[in-house]
Amino acid sequence: MIIDTTEVQDINSFSRLEFLKEVYGIIWVLIPIFTPVLGITIGVLVIVWLEREISAGLQQRIGPEYAGPLGVLQALADGAKLLFKENLLPSRGETRLFSIGPSIAVISILLSYSVVPFGYRLVLADLNIGVFLWIAISSIAPIGLLMSGYGSNNKYSFLGGLRAAAQSISYEIPLTLCVLSISLLSNSSSTVDIVEAQSKYGFGGWNLWRQPIGFIIFLISSLAECERLPFDLPEAEEELVAGYQTEYSGIKFGLFYVASYLNLLVSSLFVTVLYLGGWNISIPNIFGSELFDFEINKRYGIFGATISIFITLAKTYLFLFIPITTRWTLPRLRMDQLLNLGWKFLLPISLGNLLLTTSFQLFSL
Amino acid sequence: MIVNMGPHHPSMHGVLRLIVTLDGEDVIDCEPILGYLHRGMEKIAENRTIIQYLPYVTRWDYLATMFTEAITVNGPEQLGNIQVPKRASYIRIIMLELSRIASHLLWLGPFMADIGAQTPFFYIFRERELIYDLFEAATGMRMMHNYFRIGGVAADLPHGWIDKCLDFCDYFLIGISEYQKLITRNPIFLERVEGVGIIGTEEVINWGLSGPMLRASGIQWDLRKVDHYECYDEFDWEVQWQKEGDSLARYLVRIGEMTESIKIIQQALEGIPGGPYENLEIRYFDRERNPQWNDFEYRFISKKPSPTFELPKLELYGRVEAPKGELGIFLMGDQSGFPWRWKIRPPGFINLQILPQLVKRMKLADIMTILGSIDIIMGEVDR
Repeated sequence: MIIDTTEVQDINSFSRLEFLKEVYGIIWVLIPIFTPVLGITIGVLVIVWLEREISAGLQQRIGPEYAGPLGVLQALADGAKLLFKENLLPSRGETRLFSIGPSIAVISILLSYSVVPFGYRLVLADLNIGVFLWIAISSIAPIGLLMSGYGSNNKYSFLGGLRAAAQSISYEIPLTLCVLSISLLSNSSSTVDIVEAQSKYGFGGWNLWRQPIGFIIFLISSLAECERLPFDLPEAEEELVAGYQTEYSGIKFGLFYVASYLNLLVSSLFVTVLYLGGWNISIPNIFGSELFDFEINKRYGIFGATISIFITLAKTYLFLFIPITTRWTLPRLRMDQLLNLGWKFLLPISLGNLLLTTSFQLFSL
Repeated sequence: MIVNMGPHHPSMHGVLRLIVTLDGEDVIDCEPILGYLHRGMEKIAENRTIIQYLPYVTRWDYLATMFTEAITVNGPEQLGNIQVPKRASYIRIIMLELSRIASHLLWLGPFMADIGAQTPFFYIFRERELIYDLFEAATGMRMMHNYFRIGGVAADLPHGWIDKCLDFCDYFLIGISEYQKLITRNPIFLERVEGVGIIGTEEVINWGLSGPMLRASGIQWDLRKVDHYECYDEFDWEVQWQKEGDSLARYLVRIGEMTESIKIIQQALEGIPGGPYENLEIRYFDRERNPQWNDFEYRFISKKPSPTFELPKLELYGRVEAPKGELGIFLMGDQSGFPWRWKIRPPGFINLQILPQLVKRMKLADIMTILGSIDIIMGEVDR
């Protein structure tokens, strides 16, 4: 008489040990999801604070100073205020589209965080297609903007939504081509592999030096994707009041606000991963000591993991200085000039960049 | 699609309503609707003496207040053929040119904010605060100074004001070069502004425009040189003009005018008759008071109007070169303290007429650029 294994499992599942194992399994799946989410939320708070301090410095004034020490809780205060505001729905607009629009914009960006590596084994999903997941999913965001613009029953919002969608679509192609060049250099699209490929020569192994044109195009395209100045015509205050965000109030407006900064954070993280060497310390091994070995993370366990996270975040936030300063310095591009720039200028250059990279790869083989 | 850029608008152009007919992103037609700030200034003038009316005039163009006061006293002065002493004339010129700089600065801030760069807005207020401080020391008020009087100014410059003003001039020249570096050679700015809103030389004269719009289209017409009013002939300065007639030309004309104003101010400060430390007002107070006005009849009676300047029964059109254009009044006197008719010719009102024609065939984003470069202020457009 053979005891059926499923029956054995069923009987075993009633014992306490099995139950605990299941709970343990569930927790072990949920913790890696919630930890990055928590980290991202705090990261967005830091970005908001950083932006206000830097813009205040540029404009010769003091940034936030009342909400928390040095004003660090300002973003939380803004979020709490938005939570308590009245949630308006336009009376003759499409209520369903109106409500779902901002959510789609936020969800698509949050999903992209799953492929960002913070350390050697610290990535939510080490997929083979890595970076392309980000590009593909962030292309869903314009749908959310169009939904918001149309559902508001307001000509300004509609115009703004259309502009936003057109802008997003036009700047995705140079972005994709730059990422393609990077994948060529690292022989893989997985983000972990891309960072590993940059770890050889410390500071000099960064993709920044191997792809300078690609870096500049990536920078411009990601600014355009995030709809920050100099590309923020969809929400240009003077012309369209607030573009597709006009009719929103309360936490839905807060979602747009958060989506903008989430997008900025994920773009900066990808710049760090693709061009600035990811989690590597990047100090070349000139001292001869083993302490500064770049494989530190593999060897030193938790300490190495902490250092990797810290380095990734440090590089990201140091890079963030550039988009924030650009926003407060440059004027805005007009819509047709913006589209001209995307299609007629960046696209040919990024194609040329790809061609150069391919030919170098072929010749070096 | 008809879009209404309503009287409430995030950019600082005042209460102007534009009904814009769009075809996608192109503008087909634009209809401005005025009157949201109409306060009946001309009618009020018929019941006020000049001294009583002076606080009203600063509310026409509330960013370049000295010019409105200047035209209000210049009109009756020309009617009554009153001479203005030299020192008062120099003080007036200094105040007028400082006000011109202040007005151009506050034109530059919203213009750049419309184009998208929000930081110059803070920088111009930094400089404008310095001008406010100078004005407050001399006149008592930061913006709505009640300073000009018929025959001169209300009070003399305080002790040490001239040195402070010279310091301001030196500081401001550095500020202007900072703006040149940040803005004038910025390729995004040039793309937004070059070739936008071109007005030809013939058109400018036909429409009756004035001020920087006229000078940006190739016509060297500056009322300070044409009319020879106040003491502008004694200083050495050039008329700023450009040839193209687009928004970039108007921007360059205004920046150039700011530099020229600094030159005029520096020359006036150095050449002011009576010297920097002579306060003629003190001398006036040392004289014996006029016994007639201290008589019994004139004490404790509040409703009797103070003896005022009587406007003779003549009519006159006087004009000054305000920073926004030619500000003029047409004054018909009645042999009494009150004028019979006080018509204001505001530069913003006349300059705004050309807006519908300029924005046809332009994109939606250009409307704000063109509106900004015309430099209107609704206080004087609507009065």
